[in-house]
Amino acid sequence: MTARRLPQGGEIDRQRPLTFTFDGRKIAGFRGDTLASALLAAGETVLGRSFKYRRPRGLFGAGVEEPNIYADVVAGDALRPNLRVTTEPARDGLVLRASNTAPSALSDRTGMVDLFARFIPSAFYYKTFMWPNWHLFEPKIREMAGLGRVASDQTGPVGDQINHFCDVVVVGAGPVGIAAARMLAQNGQSVLLVDDGSRIGGSLLHRQATMDGLDGAAWLAQAEADLATLGVRVLTRTTAFGIYDHGLIALNQRAEAGGPETLWRVRPKRIVLAAGAIDRPLPFAQNDLPGILSAQAALVYLRRYAVLPGARIVIATNNSTGAEVAQAMAAAGAAVTLVDRRPQASAPDGVTCHAGRSVRRALGRTRLAGVELDDGTRLECDCLLVSGGFTASIHLFAQAKGKLQWDDRRLTFVPGSEVEGLTVVGAAAGQFVLAEALSALPGALGCGTPAPQVESLPYDITSAWPEPGQKGRVWIDYQHDVTAKDVELAARENLISVEHLKRYTTLGMATDQGKTSNLNGLALMGQLTGRAIPEVGTTTYRPPFTPVPYVSLAGPRGGSRMNPLRRLALEAQHRGAGAALGEYGGWLRPIHYGKDASAIETEARMARAAVGLFDASPLGKIEVIGPDAAEFLDFIYYNTVSTLKPMACRYGFILSESGVVFDDGVLVRLDQDRFIVSCSSSHVAGVHALLEEWRQDRFPTRRIFIHNATAETATITVTGPLARETIAAAGIAADLSPGSFPHMTTRWHGTGDAALRLTRVSFTGDLSYEISVRQDLAPELWARLGAAAAQFGGGPVGIEAIMILRAEKGFIVIGKDSDGMSRPMDLGVSGPLKSKKVEFIGKRSLLTEEAQRPDRNQLVGLTPTDGLGLLPVGGHGIDTSGAAPRSIGYVTSSYQGIGVDHPVALGLIERGASRHGEEITIQHLGQRRRARICAPCFFDPKGDRLNA
Amino acid sequence: MTRHYSALSLLKEGFNNQQGWVKAWENPRPKPRYDIVIIGGGGHGLATAYYLAKTHGITNVAVIEKGWLGGGNTGRNTTVVRSNYFFPESVRLYDLALKLYEGLSRELNYNIMLSQRGMISLAHTPAEMEMSARVVNAMQINGTDAELFGPEDVRRVLPIYNFGPKARYPALGGVWQGRSGTARHDAVAWGYARAASRLGVDIIQQCEVQDFIIEGGRCRGVVTSHGTIRADRVGMAVAGHSSQMSAKAGFRLPIVSYALQACVSEPVKPVLDTIVLSPGAGTYASQSDKGEMVVGGGLDRIPSYGQRGNLPVLETVVSGLVEMFPSFRQLKLMRHWAGIVDVVPDSSPIIGESPLPGLFLNCGWGTGGFKSIPAGGTLLAHLLATGTHHDISRPFDLDRFARGRLIDEAAGSGIAH
Amino acid sequence: MQIFSCPFCGPRPEYEFHFGGDLGNHRPEGADVSPEVWAQYLHFRNNPKGIAQEIWLHMTCGEIFAMQRDTVSMAAEPGQPLIPEETRP
Repeated sequence: MTARRLPQGGEIDRQRPLTFTFDGRKIAGFRGDTLASALLAAGETVLGRSFKYRRPRGLFGAGVEEPNIYADVVAGDALRPNLRVTTEPARDGLVLRASNTAPSALSDRTGMVDLFARFIPSAFYYKTFMWPNWHLFEPKIREMAGLGRVASDQTGPVGDQINHFCDVVVVGAGPVGIAAARMLAQNGQSVLLVDDGSRIGGSLLHRQATMDGLDGAAWLAQAEADLATLGVRVLTRTTAFGIYDHGLIALNQRAEAGGPETLWRVRPKRIVLAAGAIDRPLPFAQNDLPGILSAQAALVYLRRYAVLPGARIVIATNNSTGAEVAQAMAAAGAAVTLVDRRPQASAPDGVTCHAGRSVRRALGRTRLAGVELDDGTRLECDCLLVSGGFTASIHLFAQAKGKLQWDDRRLTFVPGSEVEGLTVVGAAAGQFVLAEALSALPGALGCGTPAPQVESLPYDITSAWPEPGQKGRVWIDYQHDVTAKDVELAARENLISVEHLKRYTTLGMATDQGKTSNLNGLALMGQLTGRAIPEVGTTTYRPPFTPVPYVSLAGPRGGSRMNPLRRLALEAQHRGAGAALGEYGGWLRPIHYGKDASAIETEARMARAAVGLFDASPLGKIEVIGPDAAEFLDFIYYNTVSTLKPMACRYGFILSESGVVFDDGVLVRLDQDRFIVSCSSSHVAGVHALLEEWRQDRFPTRRIFIHNATAETATITVTGPLARETIAAAGIAADLSPGSFPHMTTRWHGTGDAALRLTRVSFTGDLSYEISVRQDLAPELWARLGAAAAQFGGGPVGIEAIMILRAEKGFIVIGKDSDGMSRPMDLGVSGPLKSKKVEFIGKRSLLTEEAQRPDRNQLVGLTPTDGLGLLPVGGHGIDTSGAAPRSIGYVTSSYQGIGVDHPVALGLIERGASRHGEEITIQHLGQRRRARICAPCFFDPKGDRLNA
Repeated sequence: MTRHYSALSLLKEGFNNQQGWVKAWENPRPKPRYDIVIIGGGGHGLATAYYLAKTHGITNVAVIEKGWLGGGNTGRNTTVVRSNYFFPESVRLYDLALKLYEGLSRELNYNIMLSQRGMISLAHTPAEMEMSARVVNAMQINGTDAELFGPEDVRRVLPIYNFGPKARYPALGGVWQGRSGTARHDAVAWGYARAASRLGVDIIQQCEVQDFIIEGGRCRGVVTSHGTIRADRVGMAVAGHSSQMSAKAGFRLPIVSYALQACVSEPVKPVLDTIVLSPGAGTYASQSDKGEMVVGGGLDRIPSYGQRGNLPVLETVVSGLVEMFPSFRQLKLMRHWAGIVDVVPDSSPIIGESPLPGLFLNCGWGTGGFKSIPAGGTLLAHLLATGTHHDISRPFDLDRFARGRLIDEAAGSGIAH
Repeated sequence: MQIFSCPFCGPRPEYEFHFGGDLGNHRPEGADVSPEVWAQYLHFRNNPKGIAQEIWLHMTCGEIFAMQRDTVSMAAEPGQPLIPEETRP
């Protein structure tokens, strides 16, 4: 192909030249060029290699339909694979390499694969590679597959996301889309007009038209001004890629100069689809040679970029658009021959015409040298333009579950059903004649405004589908190297449905998703199996219409903004005290204070010996209020709670309806009609939802009110033998004497918003008070308590220290020392099952065969008996008596004792409750340990410290 | 006529212009009667037919598929095969499948492209590491391969993972199964179909089962869009539509159908050599042999037969992926889709005779359908051939719900399934 | 992103909602409920393909409500209060 840049014309800015590098060669272009137009203008022909057979390839298209040429950015700090050169703007200094070539498109080392093409047809890999197995061959196949290369030591672009609402989204800003947007806006609608091109105009930018007496460019300029005046929002370089349920349309707006890729989620009342149509290739032997371009693409290169694709051009076509292209090329100075399959065809002046003829074969070895027609005539040429007819771009319509119907006159699928809220207009509706499309517009839109007046030529097409038995290698899908013979093979092997055809040959599965190949492929399959095209049908149209950058979908999520952790009101104080913070149950909490993990043991000892302060704020505090609250909570809880006295607390379980322990916690009764459900910090939302579900479904809702006060209430635990002294020294003059403030009771201190609620409850096994206060008052309280604790040799303790203390006391953590199968009896709490008369959540499930099984896993304590240190968490008890070892449960918590001087552990072991004293074997990562089962409480089993 | 697949046959047919390849399967007209009818021509249905013929010598079998064979979930999944499960019953089930997968290409004379590249289920917190240890030990005790990985191990198999200090999901380690891998989904369906067809099974496509023939309280066959077909036993393997089918037989199932989404990126050169799952990020991914990133995540949270996804799950999955692999920010999403999966309260399948005698179930596979195809086929074939459970399928009978004996994988392992 | 309409709050995005099962799945009461009946309540579902009567929770406000949805077309009617406000005790 001897393409050249014309001295005038095009949208390029000749005052701003640029250069980039492609496969090591410097390419000169201008601002406004795409990479493709600059490469074409520079006379570049072979720009890529085909995926499978490594055949040299050149450009075919000018837009998103381009199947052949992709390039990687290989230098700089913004490396990228797989740029589609036809839609990527040329930029000064870019260093590119043709994707999937080694070392370059011109001299690819693997080109000889094509010599063996006959042995590797479609699906060949299913018929071999079985000996010894796939693993031997896979690495080589993987290396040859794939397009570009990810730069794994770099990151990538940034993404952003916008939600938008408007009356109408118009997809496609060609003449019909622009006219539609203007009409709707004149009608008072708020309109968003989107186009994936660098500017609006669509086919007006490369095809001649006279609209309302103005030539295309003038009409376009006027229309752009009108749109601005009417307040139509216009987005260019923006692809509408998917329509989703409930009328959502998703757009990807491409990045400009270092900005983000942006996902737009738009929910309009109506979508107008004016997405145009894509010209198909023609099927003939060697139709993939470099130098063969789509005829419409050639018009784009000529008109928009002032590139004449060849000096001696043959145009092969089956439809009336060929003549238009011929005239344009001839006027630009090329010697043009038109080969038009339609017998009645004629050519413009100065263009040689072969009517009723078609191209049988492209000539040339690695690039086009000429063509041979079906009557044997040979024509020399350096450029062949092909037009097989328009395929309406109905992708979004089909995504929206619209049904397609076959238009046998226009030879394309068009919309064949109504989809509420979606109107298809213009070429996307199969209206390939501009005059026709525009005159249908007011009716389609339901607007009174008259449409622009235009005169245009009719669209006339005759079929030119691939024929069974066609000689030579006829390409159907360029990017995946699928030929007509592959389609014939699929038919021969009985993979005749359009879905089987696609998956067997991989036709339509490349990055261009079959835009230039699907119809030719299914037409051929139809002919091979005696079915008309509509009988063969199409594969499912899936989003996105063109590939969408991952970063658009990821948006600004990432790092700490991804599934963000909840933060404590006292976080600044913890950081100030040198806390190491970690994720626990969705919250960021102090693990320990100080750099070293050895602080954990120090803190635990300090809390046992003197006093520890623990930020327990994530602890659930859900208020349940009302005259029926007590009855309600008796249904919610496994335990009986209505007998609780005011200002008293009780530990209990909430079960799921399967009888599994869903949460544990302390229930606090403030008075006759007021309770606080103090559930575990990682389950608050779940417990709240559970409470609301039952309240609304089963109880009189006006007699129970639920309020989740967790986030608004901070809770500080003061634990240890010197807890009372510490609280007093902090200036809280409450009566903490054991007589007036027994264990498992609660007290108010102070009045109004600043009131404190002290609850004497212990998670550590030591004397312990939980002080709850409004969360903004917590820092001051924490400071006072901290100063007080320091006087007694105490201080803040992190969550890990607390975890040790509670474990040696046998206080479980739901989800750690219980699992998704644990019933309350497994955890040692059987009383309510026997004695509670009223109905409660999960009651019936506790009576099943399964829940009553005697060999269930039950909560136990475990101590190592082999002197090898701590038992491993996650280690399984095993029964070795049978033929193969069998798990009998596992270790759930394991620590070095603090209040006792030996390792302690908790676990769930089969029949554990009746096996105290027995030794079992525990297996962990292949190693075996020995442990003794005991009661799950090591520290102060009588509770003297607790009840101090 | 080239019936056998091999490098030699490719060579021969290469010289013969591909003319000698025979049909992979036939298009028989349905007979009025078979010994056994299988409803559903996906991976499980086709495998069942194959094993009936191969293992039990029963070839008077029809597979009835309302669309094109392999066109449901089998034709649209993320192709992971693994047996990293917690309970011994589950490990036996999925390891049976994995072992059968290991020999399947040769057995079927069809390259299913089994690539046992290993799988890491990541742990991001100490609590998750504890759960991982629990799972690894369970797997080892129950007789399948597993390793507890630490951070250096993760670095070795996932060099491109985000190990930066600000990573949202630091990799502390996790559960590694070396025998896990991927297989080509279409090849599995087509391989079983071809093999079954060669053994004499009738695969009837484009034929919809509209009703059951129930006589004397037993299932005696099906009524289809192509007429009535009688059979001694009927099996059903219609993932996603199990409740629809069971309703025709007069009973409900503990199943809710949900969309499960997946997506592929444009293809790139090899950069991810193993399968990675992060329950925390809600994402799992592998790279296909063609170079595409094949990515999935959790279920859509809205019950659906729509067979397509919406943005919320897709955005979660993709943002999780690029958080784990920052260099993947250079990639683009090429296509996304969804199937319909049977979701069961304990995430374990339902295999056994249905409440309608003579009708046998193989459903409830949820997100585990593809990896279990050879096992589902073996076990349903056993049921249909003998009328009784194989040892491995007994625990998964429908009666476990009334008995309360659920095999709750999510509950046991703490890892999303 | 689908939009559901909470009877209390109006139209809200799908991620604010949680599916609560079939409408009308009434809880059988008492210890003598048979295992089969209890299992049907606990686990078995209608799972209709097409029009479904469902219970949903709007997590943001806590409202449990009934919603008719089409599980194929995804069309969703506005949510309705579980018990009409006027008849609540």
